[in-house]
Amino acid sequence: MLKYIFRRVLSLIPVLIGVTFIVFSLLYLTPGDPARMVLGDQATEEAVQQFRVKEGLDDPFIVQFVRYVGKAAFKGDIGRSYVTKRPVSDEILSAFPSTIKLAAFSVIIAICLGIPFGIISAIKQYSLFDSITMFFALVGLSMPVFWLGLLLILLFSVRLGWFPSSGFDTFSAMVLPSVALSAQVIAIVTRMTRSSMLEVIRSDYIRTARAKGQTEGKVIWRHALGNALIPIVTIVGLQFGHLLGGAILTESIFSIPGVGRLMVEAIKMRDYPLVQGGVLYVAVAFSIVNLLVDLLYAFVDPRIKAQYR
Amino acid sequence: MSTQTVQKRRSGIMEVWHRLKKSPMAVVGLILIAVLFIMAIFANVIAPFTYSKQNLMHAFESPSSAYIFGTDEFGRDIFSRIVYGARISLQVGFIAVGISMFIGGFLGAVAGYYGGKIDNTLMRVMDILLSIPSILLAIAIAASLGPGLFNLMIAVGISAIPNYARIVRGSVLSIRGQEFVEAAKAVGSSDLRIIFKHIIPNCLAPIIVQATLGVATAILTAAGLSFIGLGIQPPIPEWGAMLSGGRSYIRDYPYMTLFPGLAIMITILALNFVGDGLRDALDPKLKR
Amino acid sequence: MNERELLLDIQDLTIHYETEAGRVRAVEHLYLELGYGETLGFVGETGAGKTTTALGIMRLIPSPPGAYKGGKIIFRGEDLLAKSEAEMRSIRGGRIAMIFQDPMTSLNPVMTVDRQIAEMISLHRDVNETEALEQAVRMLEVVGIRPERAKDYPHQFSGGMKQRVVIAIALACDPALLIADEPTTALDVTIQAQVLELMKDLKRQYNTSMIMITHDLGIVAEICDRVAIMYAGRVVEYADTKTLFERHVHPYTEGLFNSIPDLEEDRDELKTIMGLMPDPTNLPTGCSFHPRCPYAVESCSRETPAFVEIEPGHRVACPVRAAAEKNGKERAS
Repeated sequence: MLKYIFRRVLSLIPVLIGVTFIVFSLLYLTPGDPARMVLGDQATEEAVQQFRVKEGLDDPFIVQFVRYVGKAAFKGDIGRSYVTKRPVSDEILSAFPSTIKLAAFSVIIAICLGIPFGIISAIKQYSLFDSITMFFALVGLSMPVFWLGLLLILLFSVRLGWFPSSGFDTFSAMVLPSVALSAQVIAIVTRMTRSSMLEVIRSDYIRTARAKGQTEGKVIWRHALGNALIPIVTIVGLQFGHLLGGAILTESIFSIPGVGRLMVEAIKMRDYPLVQGGVLYVAVAFSIVNLLVDLLYAFVDPRIKAQYR
Repeated sequence: MSTQTVQKRRSGIMEVWHRLKKSPMAVVGLILIAVLFIMAIFANVIAPFTYSKQNLMHAFESPSSAYIFGTDEFGRDIFSRIVYGARISLQVGFIAVGISMFIGGFLGAVAGYYGGKIDNTLMRVMDILLSIPSILLAIAIAASLGPGLFNLMIAVGISAIPNYARIVRGSVLSIRGQEFVEAAKAVGSSDLRIIFKHIIPNCLAPIIVQATLGVATAILTAAGLSFIGLGIQPPIPEWGAMLSGGRSYIRDYPYMTLFPGLAIMITILALNFVGDGLRDALDPKLKR
Repeated sequence: MNERELLLDIQDLTIHYETEAGRVRAVEHLYLELGYGETLGFVGETGAGKTTTALGIMRLIPSPPGAYKGGKIIFRGEDLLAKSEAEMRSIRGGRIAMIFQDPMTSLNPVMTVDRQIAEMISLHRDVNETEALEQAVRMLEVVGIRPERAKDYPHQFSGGMKQRVVIAIALACDPALLIADEPTTALDVTIQAQVLELMKDLKRQYNTSMIMITHDLGIVAEICDRVAIMYAGRVVEYADTKTLFERHVHPYTEGLFNSIPDLEEDRDELKTIMGLMPDPTNLPTGCSFHPRCPYAVESCSRETPAFVEIEPGHRVACPVRAAAEKNGKERAS
């Protein structure tokens, strides 16, 4: 198992170098001079030139790239924000708690609602409950999160005044963003649970369990759920990984100081080091979650565990 | 032999159509999409006003018989803007998916067909792209290309390439070993011929489903980008941009955010209906 | 001979599936008898309704789309179709156990084999968890699996070994009736013989009655006391094995026997039954077999043949052949 983890972490290195390369290329191709953006229109040509030299912006692409990767790999230094002058890692770390809280809340809500609804829908396939659940799941999937967020603000914040419309410090402030963000995740988890359960319910070993005289409840609980869990774990992990990358739109609507909003601001301000560092962070977070999900499989499925030697 | 396969395929399509018709949701979805297309094509006939006509005398008017969805801060008719917006959203959705389907499908087919080093390299690159959330990737690409309709399509299109590459590669891998492909190889068909004649038609089903759902995702992503100001710029009536504009007035004029959002949701819902219906129709095994 | 005590007596059983393509008449007016301690061979082509009958006895027909449309399943003097679901649960596994066709898929992949056997034991016997697990290990030994493999998962076993585990589950609570649905079809030929031998031994050891579903007349000859031949949802001929092999009457049975290669007879071509199994949503009128039957007369397409006893313990659903048989016998005597 340890060997497997080590191998996986090792295989992360080329991915991260690749991600850095892609972002580097994108930023390199972006029109507009970051020096000018940072220093403002009033800055003298001399100051701009000085900034370019100091930041190495005039060096050839490949030199800049290698220098960045070298510093990041050997010194753990991913630069300083052009705008705030603080280290990029500090900027990201201070935005991280809000993002992880938002992601965790949404995923927890999704698990608590999506899995039970999905199971019941599958057991009672083609029933009224199933149709209604599936319809709402599809609506949840189709609802733009930024619109749902605005509607929630309109109803619960502007009209009813139950929850604040921005910030993320208190519990009540976290309610609306978490609900808005979870709608889609609930829908995805519900649909995945249903289809996974449907497949499992029809399998031969479920028939075997029934032929033993087992009660229907235990057939579902002991035999079906364990087997249906694998794709559900995958989808939940994938969603969590994506949300860790910053729920960009949700954070922007509710003015939550998370990683997503940080990234959008950085892109708008041409704050190159922050954009690079941010994307790197997102890729790392995503890959780590994926690794954890793969490890979680081992506990769910003995067949997969055997492959991890 | 070839006429026989053609006939078989046609009856296959009829069979899928027959099954699709049985799903009420899919039919509703198809009708809604048809309505959207009509709105987009005949926008200048249907819309009572042009999308950019300002009339400050009539700014912030609530929905009425003259302006059924009300007017915005410049007195522009929101209904007209939504009708014209269908043009933008459908264009972005379908063209972006076209881009990602074409490039992704090609890369996936090549990777799956040739295998080995080419496969490894291509899939590594796809893994790298997949480790960046697609909306973030789209934002980064949109930022580097600059705003505009065409750039938005490219940004959204590129960010979805890995999805198609993976699906096609998977289908190709499963089809490559099958006997009819071996047979075609044995009689000396060229690689390209095999890819286009045998492999692509056979992995069409999952691609069609992914593409339908992909149009929905593309429209949603594009609206999201416009919402945070990185997509289409005013005065072009993009639904996401309209939402973003209405956001400042949500307290007093909520209808300004209500209608554009509803337009997005109905479009996405319709596409999802059809996508789900298609998946069930193409693979009845999954449903039963 | 008819005075034998019946463990299972199926009368006029009809089971239909309602599907999009129409009503599938999986089992139609089916009669079947099984005495205590007997092994019944249940023979027919794929799709004839054998598995549906087996699931029907267990009351495991998925519903919807399946539904019982009539008949009785008398097991030890009581009609199973009149039982409540709770009563059925104690019969399933405890009184009637089933072995399914494909051992690869009939075990739960995420549960160790001892727990899968123990589940059966704790459902039907008054034992605690530890005792159930101990008995499970003993059952594994009975079917020839070493105790140290008890904590393994199904994927760690070969196909033949998995089927042994399935057999262990089925026999764990000493059922009165064991239904084996083509238990060797999915296995390699060499393994088939081993598993069959094991089942024969265990059947004797546990004194269980058995229904052996198969389409292999060789298996029937080897282990069955009686045979029921099934075609398109009905039993068309029923007799003890010796009678059936020597004096089968129904044209379908004859077709089955003719399609077995015979080494002694020098034939260039196997005789096959002409035509295909009818579409179960659209069965022919009258006798379902008449379009394929070389002996068919005009009335066969109109009248559904009755299932009549032509000699003690030998029933046939073909009036044409039954009459010919009778005439032949009378002339001989």
